Amino acid sequence: MRARVFVTLKPSVFDPQGKTIADALHSLGYSGVSDVRQGKYFELDLSTREVAEARALAAEVADKLLANPVIESYRIEIDS
Amino acid sequence: MTFAIIVFPGSNCDEDAYHAAGSVLGQSAEYIWHKDTDLKNADVVVLPGGFAHGDYLRTGAMARFSPIMREVQAFAERGGPVLGICNGFQILLEAGLLPGAMLRNRGLKFLCQQVYVRVEQTDTPFTRACRKGQVLQIPIAHGEGNYFAEPDVLARLEANRQVIFRYTDASGELSETANPNGSMAAIAGLCNERRNVVGLMPHPERACESMLGSADGLLIFQSAVESIGAQRGSVGRALQTVQL
Repeated sequence: MRARVFVTLKPSVFDPQGKTIADALHSLGYSGVSDVRQGKYFELDLSTREVAEARALAAEVADKLLANPVIESYRIEIDS
Repeated sequence: MTFAIIVFPGSNCDEDAYHAAGSVLGQSAEYIWHKDTDLKNADVVVLPGGFAHGDYLRTGAMARFSPIMREVQAFAERGGPVLGICNGFQILLEAGLLPGAMLRNRGLKFLCQQVYVRVEQTDTPFTRACRKGQVLQIPIAHGEGNYFAEPDVLARLEANRQVIFRYTDASGELSETANPNGSMAAIAGLCNERRNVVGLMPHPERACESMLGSADGLLIFQSAVESIGAQRGSVGRALQTVQL
């Protein structure tokens, strides 16, 4: 079973990289892109076949290592 | 007295710190490998700059799980003086020994330049040889030094006088241009509530001899020596009192 973890800066945290990417897109003429937030994406291959167990494990791993709770939040998707 | 210099895979300022403590100040210094589990009775622990574990995931994120960090944590909990320089500061933040986190520099560029920092507090083991308000010229070299903390954390830091260094101009004045990386409240260094753990982004170990452009950084290491000396003095006096 695979868990996908998306880590992004919290909304309250300024993202200088996302801002620079948005500025670059605007200079390319993509005025329809109003904002960009950059983040990290992880694929975790898990041995469990239980969705709930997979979700709990992915959350534990995200809390402990993948995300820094001071500046980042995360979202988990499970592929069954 | 002995400085323990922790060496992670990717540390690159360990030799500079060793040189500052050992050759310049004439103290004993020991390298401690990150997989070791013994600080060898060191009096002061230094987490040097560099790119521990390649800065993978986030700066300092992996180093926090190195075996020696359990000992560093215990040492800090016993009140032992711990200094984190640049990447060492980032490790202390990730390990939760200091509050907050580092973001990418405001201008996105890696910055390697001389800066001025103002000493805000002198009641720590790494600033006691400084004067309050003294301006030190020390270089920075980092890509992620943009200090961030939630407003309530920042307020607590200020209320407890935990901000130890701020980026200023040469005359000690705060300004937007003097803050190289966009750090909140121009924070260049801070301490924990107990005041024995200090982290700073500038590199004092690269500014310990005037031939390197500045010897201001030596005050940080001298402070540690004085602090340990004073501690031993008071323990000595206490023992004498007991004997009397």
